[in-house]
Amino acid sequence: MELYKLTIHEANELLRKKEISAKQLTESVLKRIEQVEDKIDAFNTITAEKALEEAEVVDKLIAQNEGISSLAGIPMAVKDNICTLDVKTTCSSNMLKDFIPPYDATVIERLKRENAILIGKANMDEFAMGSSTENSAFKKTKNPWDIERVPGGSSGGSAASVAADQAIFSLGSDTGGSIRQPASFCGLVGLKPTYGRVSRYGLIALASSLDVIGPITKDVTDCALVLNAVAGLDTKDVTSSSNPVDDYTTALKDNVKGFKIGVPEGFLDNNLDDEVKNSIDKAIKLYEKLGAEIVDIKLPHAEYALAVYYIIACAEASSSMARYDGIRYGYRAEDYKTLEELYKKTRSEGFGSEVKRRIMLGNFVISADYYDDYYLKALKVRTLIKEDFVKAFEKVDVILSPTSPTSAFKMGEKRDPMAMYLSDIYTVPANLSGLPAISLPCGFDSKGLPIGLQLIGDLFDEKKILQAAYTFEQNTDYHIKKPIL
Amino acid sequence: MEYEVVIGLEVHAELSTQTKLLCGCAAEFVREPNTHCCPVCLAMPGTLPRINKRAVEYAIKAGLALNCDISEYTRMDRKHYFYPDLPKAYQVTQHYHPLCKNGYIDIETEDGVRRIGITQIHLEEDAGKLIHDQYETESLVDYNRSGVPLIEIVSEPDLRSPEEGRIFLETIKSILEYIDVSDCKMEEGSLRCDVNVSVRPKGQKEYGVRSEMKNLNSFRAAHRAMEYEVKRHISILEEGGEVLRETRRWDDNLGKSFPMRTKEEANDYRYFPDADIVPMYIDKEWVTKLKEEMPELPSERRERYIKEYDLPEYDAGVLTSSKALADYFEECLTLYDDPKNISNWVMGDILRITKEKDIAHEDISVTPKQFTDLLRLVDEGIISGSIGKNVLEDMFDTGKDADTIVEEKGLKQISDEGELLEIIRKVLQDNPQSVEDYLSGKKKAMGYLVGQTMRATRGKANPQMVNKILKEELDGLKEK
Amino acid sequence: MQAPAIYLHICGERMKRMKVSMQEVELVAHQSQLILSEDEKKRAVQDLTCILEYADKLSELNTDNVEPTVQVLPIADVFREDEICPSMDREIILKNAPHATDDSFIVPKIVE
Repeated sequence: MELYKLTIHEANELLRKKEISAKQLTESVLKRIEQVEDKIDAFNTITAEKALEEAEVVDKLIAQNEGISSLAGIPMAVKDNICTLDVKTTCSSNMLKDFIPPYDATVIERLKRENAILIGKANMDEFAMGSSTENSAFKKTKNPWDIERVPGGSSGGSAASVAADQAIFSLGSDTGGSIRQPASFCGLVGLKPTYGRVSRYGLIALASSLDVIGPITKDVTDCALVLNAVAGLDTKDVTSSSNPVDDYTTALKDNVKGFKIGVPEGFLDNNLDDEVKNSIDKAIKLYEKLGAEIVDIKLPHAEYALAVYYIIACAEASSSMARYDGIRYGYRAEDYKTLEELYKKTRSEGFGSEVKRRIMLGNFVISADYYDDYYLKALKVRTLIKEDFVKAFEKVDVILSPTSPTSAFKMGEKRDPMAMYLSDIYTVPANLSGLPAISLPCGFDSKGLPIGLQLIGDLFDEKKILQAAYTFEQNTDYHIKKPIL
Repeated sequence: MEYEVVIGLEVHAELSTQTKLLCGCAAEFVREPNTHCCPVCLAMPGTLPRINKRAVEYAIKAGLALNCDISEYTRMDRKHYFYPDLPKAYQVTQHYHPLCKNGYIDIETEDGVRRIGITQIHLEEDAGKLIHDQYETESLVDYNRSGVPLIEIVSEPDLRSPEEGRIFLETIKSILEYIDVSDCKMEEGSLRCDVNVSVRPKGQKEYGVRSEMKNLNSFRAAHRAMEYEVKRHISILEEGGEVLRETRRWDDNLGKSFPMRTKEEANDYRYFPDADIVPMYIDKEWVTKLKEEMPELPSERRERYIKEYDLPEYDAGVLTSSKALADYFEECLTLYDDPKNISNWVMGDILRITKEKDIAHEDISVTPKQFTDLLRLVDEGIISGSIGKNVLEDMFDTGKDADTIVEEKGLKQISDEGELLEIIRKVLQDNPQSVEDYLSGKKKAMGYLVGQTMRATRGKANPQMVNKILKEELDGLKEK
Repeated sequence: MQAPAIYLHICGERMKRMKVSMQEVELVAHQSQLILSEDEKKRAVQDLTCILEYADKLSELNTDNVEPTVQVLPIADVFREDEICPSMDREIILKNAPHATDDSFIVPKIVE
């Protein structure tokens, strides 16, 4: 068997038994990258040399019979908006194409402590703005299931690299669905943890009140293992939570008896692709069969979520993007005479069109004339959306929905920004409410494209969605199927 | 027409914390550029702020000292504008929920005490510094100051003259120094102010159109700028013109204000809450604890000086006008138990000398010990009071003790009766006309003769004894 | 979940009345420190109009007594003690700068 196909837990077992070495595993993954990266374009940077050095360190630990962590020696891809010390972190933007952070993100520090191995930085929509990874300034990542199609976004490189076995797992970031939607498009498990469960320090901000880092993995067990490593309070991020961290692997139980699974009214109606709807219906039936109780719930303000999301996300993004001025780091225009020219040319040349669009929209809704009607209004409706979920979780353990209204679409298919925004319709409510949500494979459509199922949990209740997801996985085999490359 | 002046002030004071507002870099003033910087205060991508607790406490203390309500709920907002000294292109400040509100201070003016409202005090971060003079076509940016905590104190438009404005600023400065939350060193830029000036016909209720001048970095400049603007507004109105609502730049060298190049866009800072920083709930216990830690305020100290030391109100006011001076006074008191005498010397001579030599009250080089030793030399009659004043000047110049100077310069008072008698007899001999005048009833002549005696001894004669002996001698002559 | 219908309705009719004016687009581009070509400006007028009209559906809701949510978790009062942490080496700081002397960042001369 090719080692690159392994999951984290499979590889870990073989490493512990000394049946394989970390170096062999890393070499296998690097070789796989060599074979398929031309087709997939998942990476902005590949850190082969460093990865092999780190693998040797792990092999020494193993040789000395030191206990190794679950992630030791496991090659990972990291979304290119998560800062890595001395390794380029570009956000797939010309603005940061040569930016080398002099610091690690907290998640990277934690994964390094576990001896996970950074194999490369994954392509993404520029500054995480997009749902297809087509907004990258550098390259268009392809969906390994059909290279004419997008891998989803914005963590498209993170998802595609794992789906194509170019990494054993990856990290993405999720502001409005950017982990779950590409996981769904690529047939993977993607988890957006509770807001504040994972430190944002070193995650290049898109929208501070929405951004979360999370894993994209080949199965639910791997997902729990990565979450174990990255979750927890970080003093560098005052918005991170001090709630105690569970051992998430204890949730890996094949049992949903007595689980109350909520299905929101209207979520499975008109605008949903028939084949997606079909898969979701089948998933609901399977859960029923496995002993869960399906409960109709109402999320009356969910239909406003998308509008609220775009106002808040763009407002915060316009502010996060203000610092890119060509003075301290990043791109700087070459031809300027005055300060104003320096600013305007740098930002106009350095940012792509989607970034500019969102900066403009964001600045619009926080300008004095529009603040109350749009921004403040959105913050208030956010409260209503959050309260809907509070009420729902009084009745149910998890909430089930599709992850995306469609399977992966063709490159260039969705040109209108508004149409593109609409593909986030099922994912944004969890970000607005801070809730944990997972996407897992629940079928394939007639084109052979994966379909994703989303489970939303109550705040800090990652364990319940992991358990429900694990149970589903144990009773299906969608996660085992791999794309043919 | 008679006009009424309306002035509102915004005072920005850097807080004297160890570290910056949002990161652990040292906040101290340093000349070497970009040495007190880190990824956070340079706004490198992915970095996050962490608020300095002491900065919040200092702002609360300022609020308490200025009689403000301390908000139970407060949070930080972002104020957006592009400028190279502002690395995030937004300033972390407080717009929607300031920390302190609705305060006041009492200022002492020639017309008595006036109460000036404080609209709010909020916490914010300072910007970096631009250096324009090093290169011809380029400016340099130094981010050492970027992120140093500031408070902005916003007054109500209650000030009615530039002079009141000046007194207000000095009172604020003295309060902040007293409670030890700011160095208030204007030369290092740690205290700056914006002034808003308008005038209106006396009796009119509505405010006139105001102009604003930002970043005045000395009280003198602020005072001059206010006076200039008042005159400018009045002369525009007198000529039937209209004052423009605008921001102006004060040129202290030329003593004039100029309109800033108006930018076409409206000044929209697009304030919104900073989601990287969590809200603060300021509980009562915390405020109470801070209240207990607060040192005595100038007004309280003034009252105490009047009550405990029996000083006149005027003396108490002068001595407590700066914390350094009041501290100096009290240190002297521990060494020398005559408050009024110390007060006389401090107010008279020390303040005259420091003013002449441009010495800050913090930097008075003559120690309280040296100074009170000098007072004792005068008390004991070893030198006269007027010689004492000269000795004090010498002490400032040389740093030497009083008795060393007296010794070196031979300034000891002549109190030997025989020696004085000899000198006085010679003076009488040399001034027969004055003696005759005295004897014929012109008592004034006595003063002249005392003066001559002092002159003959180069001021060293004990004045009481000179008076006594002269009188005896003259009275002796009279009897003859 | 009626979004697509509303979207089609609005964007189909959006040419009739532009919610956002060209002047507003120019002003917000200036505030964002961006240069837009004439085409980009026209497109921005359409995009912003479309998105804002979609956002107008929020006005259906009465939110008079609703508190705004800035952050979802009730975390508050997290402070840092006033203790100095070492600053970063100036050399490292300036390494990422596109234009710098050996001690400072460089910008075009600013005439105040």
